[in-house]
Amino acid sequence: MSAAPLHRRDVVRDILAPRKPELLVVGGLGSPSWDITATADNPRDFCLIGAMGLAVPVGLGLANAQPDNRILVITGDGDMLMGMGALATVANVHPRNLMIVVLDNERYGETGGQPTHTAGVTDLSAIATGAGIPTAATIRSQDELTVMIRNIHEGDGPAFYVVKIATEMPGTVLPSLDGAFAKDRFRMAVLGKA
Amino acid sequence: MKTDAADWPSDIFSVLCAREIKQVCHVPDAGHDQLIRLCSAQNDMSVTTLTTEEEGVGILAGAWLGGQRGVLLMQSSGVGNTINALALPAACRMPFLTIVTMRGEWGEGNPWQVPMGQGAPGALEAMGVMLFRVDRAEDITDTVNAAAGQAFNNMCSTAVLISQRLIGAKGFE
Ligand SMILES: Cc1ncc(C[n+]2csc(CCOP(=O)(O)OP(=O)(O)O)c2C)c(N)n1
Ligand SMILES: [Mg+2]
Repeated sequence: MSAAPLHRRDVVRDILAPRKPELLVVGGLGSPSWDITATADNPRDFCLIGAMGLAVPVGLGLANAQPDNRILVITGDGDMLMGMGALATVANVHPRNLMIVVLDNERYGETGGQPTHTAGVTDLSAIATGAGIPTAATIRSQDELTVMIRNIHEGDGPAFYVVKIATEMPGTVLPSLDGAFAKDRFRMAVLGKA
Repeated sequence: MKTDAADWPSDIFSVLCAREIKQVCHVPDAGHDQLIRLCSAQNDMSVTTLTTEEEGVGILAGAWLGGQRGVLLMQSSGVGNTINALALPAACRMPFLTIVTMRGEWGEGNPWQVPMGQGAPGALEAMGVMLFRVDRAEDITDTVNAAAGQAFNNMCSTAVLISQRLIGAKGFE
């Protein structure tokens, strides 16, 4: 019996529901950033709209700079596949305050839904484990999601979760396309200065 | 006291400290070996070894979002790996500073280094990065300092290109 499919907007809303002020979110380009923005246009979130493959590195640099805050990267399987080396870098830096969630629709959703390698034989959480990330899991059910969400907000990083989601595309909800504004807004919220 | 002009890695290190650089990212180059060691020994600098240079562009953007300054150390072949990533600091008007050890230009011993070494300045310029070349060791302090000032005062991307002449021709690396 396979579990009912998880829906990306619900997953992201549930992940962000218990957020505390210490949580800072980095969104990977495209659909994950639309999911984050659909939940709330929060100044403590920074959404990439380009720079494919760099969501995890941005989260890592932020985690290094902000050890007292908790950093959550929410990105897609396509973005993660482009920058898999960063998982080895994260594992070796070992930031206790960095959590990574990959919304895995097994598709390049934003560009028309072409299958990614996770639709084939590739297992991203096994790659994270092999890279040396101590907590790595694939989430397929609401129960597993509940455990994951608790760990994201309370557990020790680095942790890496692949959430298998339905292939639906619930629509574009754009954050500001002006990166300079987004950056200044984030720094004002976190640092009190642009 | 005047420092030894040939000890240019120490001169770079002094500028990085004075400019309050806290995150240093690199894919190693032999020409950066001494500077990487100096940074690694400095308690308030976090030094991150990358799997590929574009990771460094992302990490430094994250560092800036979190209130820290950083620098990316790489050789000229690594420039090719960073090209699309350079859109991130450009689109977000974040400062970005890199120090590039040049290959393929001064009696290079490895022909595979020549295409990207020759192409690196043009690739950086095409992405809007301002170039600061150093041909003589005695210019390194002023040049790195100017590139850092340009990046962090004006929220733009700058690269210091250290001529292979300073590092020496290399065989296989
Ligand atoms: C370097 C680069 N190559 C290709 C693209 C085109 N592109 C934009 S979004 C995207 C798909 C991202 O897929 P994924 O991260 O899985 O997100 P999804 O839309 O499936 O949630 C691609 C290929 C790009 N923006 N940059
Ligand atoms: Mg996808």
